[in-house]
Amino acid sequence: MHLYILRRLLYTLPIIIGVTFVCFSFIHLAPGDPISAVLPENASAEVVAQIKAAYGFDQPLPVQYLRWLWNVANGDFGSSIMTRRPVISEVMPAVANTALLAITAIMLSFALGITLGLVSGFSDRRITDRSVTGFAVIGISVPHYWLGMVMVVIFAVLLRALPATGMGPAGTRIWMFTWEDLRHMILPAITLAMIPTGVLARSVRAMVAEVRRQEFVQTLKGKGLRRGRIFLHIIKNSAPPIMAIMGLQFAQLLGGSILVETVFAWPGTGFLLNAAIATRDLPLLQGTVIVLATFFVMTNLFVDILQTMVDPRVKRA
Amino acid sequence: MQRDPIVEVEDLSVRFVNRDIDLSVVSGVSFSLAAGEVLCLLGESGSGKSVTMRALLRLLPPHAQITGRIRLAGRDVIGMSERQLESVRGPVGAMIFQEPMTALDPVFTIGTQIAETIVSHEGVSYTDARKRALELLEMVQIPSAERRLNAYPHELSGGLRQRAMIALALSCRPALLLADEPTTALDATVQIQILLLLRSLQRELGMATIFVTHDIGVACEVADRISVMYAGRFVETGPVGDVIARPSHPYTAGLLQSTVHAGSRGQRLPSIPGAPPDLADLPNGCSFSPRCSRRLAACDTSVPPLVGVGEDRMARCVNPLLVAETVLA
Repeated sequence: MHLYILRRLLYTLPIIIGVTFVCFSFIHLAPGDPISAVLPENASAEVVAQIKAAYGFDQPLPVQYLRWLWNVANGDFGSSIMTRRPVISEVMPAVANTALLAITAIMLSFALGITLGLVSGFSDRRITDRSVTGFAVIGISVPHYWLGMVMVVIFAVLLRALPATGMGPAGTRIWMFTWEDLRHMILPAITLAMIPTGVLARSVRAMVAEVRRQEFVQTLKGKGLRRGRIFLHIIKNSAPPIMAIMGLQFAQLLGGSILVETVFAWPGTGFLLNAAIATRDLPLLQGTVIVLATFFVMTNLFVDILQTMVDPRVKRA
Repeated sequence: MQRDPIVEVEDLSVRFVNRDIDLSVVSGVSFSLAAGEVLCLLGESGSGKSVTMRALLRLLPPHAQITGRIRLAGRDVIGMSERQLESVRGPVGAMIFQEPMTALDPVFTIGTQIAETIVSHEGVSYTDARKRALELLEMVQIPSAERRLNAYPHELSGGLRQRAMIALALSCRPALLLADEPTTALDATVQIQILLLLRSLQRELGMATIFVTHDIGVACEVADRISVMYAGRFVETGPVGDVIARPSHPYTAGLLQSTVHAGSRGQRLPSIPGAPPDLADLPNGCSFSPRCSRRLAACDTSVPPLVGVGEDRMARCVNPLLVAETVLA
């Protein structure tokens, strides 16, 4: 098992490097460059060349990429062009802010999505099934930034019940949380939870319904097991694929949502990415992406390992 | 028939009803079975043999409507609540399924699956139940039983899996064992072993047993009595040796003729003309009449009743091959 985890950890390296490569290439395919974004329009060609050289932007792209990769491997993510602060000190607080929101939203959607999925999966009544599916489809298909704005209009503008944007005064120091901090989280958390809730409700429903149709359920009934115990068997059988979906959804939320964080002015990674893209802040963008990719890959790895522990048929080879 | 029967079935009918269909899958089935007796239900797929057997434990989908009378160890099954059914399934009647790969839960070990059954019925501790599970695996002759207790179903061969399934069924010492084509999914050599095992366990434990099969060879090997089913009805029933030696219903005769045996080498095997009946569109009279070579005008008017055609034998035929001497006399 330890060997398996170690090997899987090694496999994540090429994935992360691949992600940075694709990201690097895409940024250079896009028009515009960071230097012209910071310099005044009438800056002389000489100055531009000088600054470009300072950041290494005069080198061929492969050299730039490899040099950056080498620095990252040594723990140096560079500095933001816009703020001149080290990328790492820009990214880390944003990651924490996003994580706080993501964890809240994912708990909400796990609780709601799994409950709804189980209820409709175990129900033999058509109406229950239909209403849960209907709710799930709405959750998945309604654009969440739109929903976010509608909720801002209703709860912040019309009812004046909740703040429209921003984070509470305590930031991510949850031990100092007050009602005010929670109020700031309600709208963005609900907005973010919509898609994972819908996805989970549907997958849990489908999985449970499928497992219930399998023949071993007849055996369980045939040997006179109580309903609760049969329920347990069905849950354990449906768990592995559902955990994979939960992991993916969580990883996606951890990546931050550019749209939702922009709507609610939540100072997370999505917000940061948006700013970095807008200003072509290459070091910041690259740094944020590599951190997010690492999170994403690690969450998936964690889920994979969890799966092998639950399902004996998944080979640990 | 001195002993009280374990199973008494009277005029059992099962219909599958939903918005689109209303199918009579089993009609007017009656039989009874005492401890130690083995009844074989023989028939093609779709003849209702499996459904008949599952009806005994009410293991049918919710859209199945069961009518008639079923008594297991003196208790009425049809009127039972879910709770009462749970107490009957296992200790009174236990079932072995055709495909042990899909009939065992893939994510629990064999030991757990057997032990949880014992715990839920007998209220013993889990440790004691596991000891019993080990004894059961030894009883069904699984080699290195200790190790197999912790194996998952996919880690066992087909034959071992079916043995584990049998151990599971026997875990609460059932009075009635129901076996739904228990050897169909296995290799030919393993089939014989499993049959012999079932036969010896059945004798040793004195269980009443119902065997569902489409294989006459299997029926001969294990059964005392045989009931041949066609389109949801018993068409012939009697002691197995007698029925095989001198079939009375033309369908039974056809089945026997189309079976491979030593004498049929080098010859073309006769087959029953036509196709199995469509349950949604049965003829008014005898369901077999469209394929029957002994058909008379009377066959099409109404479903023939089961009539005695010899000692302890009945056939549902207007023009049987074997006319009972006792009836004539």
